[in-house]
Amino acid sequence: MHELSLTRNIVSIVSEKAQGAKVTQVTLEIGKFSAVLPDAIQFCFDIVTKGTVAEGAELEIIETPGTGECHACGARFELQQMFSPCPCGSTNITRLTGSELNIKHMVTA
Amino acid sequence: MCATCGCSDTGTPRITNLETGQTNSLASHHHTHVHGKHDAGHDQHSHDHEHTLILEQAILSKNDRLAERNREWFQENNILALNLVSSPGSGKTTILEHTIRVLRESMAISVIEGDQETLHDAERIQRTGCRVVQINTGAGCHLEADMLARGLEELKPPAHSLLLIENVGNLVCPALFDLGERTKVAILSTTEGEDKPLKYPHMFQSSSIMILNKIDLLPYLTFNVEKCLEYARMVNPHIQIFQVSATTGEGMAQWYDWIGAQMKSMTDKVGSPC
Repeated sequence: MHELSLTRNIVSIVSEKAQGAKVTQVTLEIGKFSAVLPDAIQFCFDIVTKGTVAEGAELEIIETPGTGECHACGARFELQQMFSPCPCGSTNITRLTGSELNIKHMVTA
Repeated sequence: MCATCGCSDTGTPRITNLETGQTNSLASHHHTHVHGKHDAGHDQHSHDHEHTLILEQAILSKNDRLAERNREWFQENNILALNLVSSPGSGKTTILEHTIRVLRESMAISVIEGDQETLHDAERIQRTGCRVVQINTGAGCHLEADMLARGLEELKPPAHSLLLIENVGNLVCPALFDLGERTKVAILSTTEGEDKPLKYPHMFQSSSIMILNKIDLLPYLTFNVEKCLEYARMVNPHIQIFQVSATTGEGMAQWYDWIGAQMKSMTDKVGSPC
């Protein structure tokens, strides 16, 4: 249920930045390994925005895949799991994407 | 309790000072209970005066800012704050009770307890003679930086002291919410699965210490210690691991020594000219 408190954070930031304007659209970026369920955020968003400048706003969620760079062979590849090894077998990997948890932009009317 | 979002009228966060017995609400959660789908058809919006604002802001930035404020306050006051995280039932409170009894002679200690409901854990800590404040998160599944700030106002931990924060028993959410602590301490017990570090990697990645508790029960279990340590290091190669039994006291000396060394390095830094 941390999605509820994350959504409260989202609505609080969006409301502050809107400075009283009506918010019609919010775009989030949520990584595959961020431990956050986009569906749950969507669900909470409708509830938490009630009575705020973002009530009725459309929520767009960009889900970013996990990618990693292998230190053994230099390949960049998609990570199916947080600790997937490189196709070459190495586990010496730096995760490049997948942990995003950001508000990208919003549209006000 | 609201069946849709899990909140409840009695489930709002609250704080109890065990010394005064006073409970105050920490509530900031007011939403109307209408769970119908909104009809945000684009056709309804006027596009005449639309503005797109590029935010590129971390969703957790507010919590992170408040956590940073807590962290600065701890540094200014020379307080070692440790955030203890684990599943429910791993033995966090028992570890705290023993730690307090052993270390109280050498340092001032206070505790902030986080639980969804009840004062049970805070009452256990109070029986050790230690100062304690209980935060009940109600519908929440973790402590947040602003709750901790309110807890600190109530607890007023003395300068040059150890503050032990027992987070809500949960291996998911507390990993995301920085409280401003020096470090998280992840506690895992041998009655759980040895693959917990892999199943809940965020928690073990964000902790610099792991305590493997209840090692006295190993003869009766199929828990594979070597595998567990391997998994923990796979997720976090720098994690420092203590194998203990809070009940028998086995291995606890390493944990006490580590706290002692942290306290000493903090005091030395304050005393040094740079």
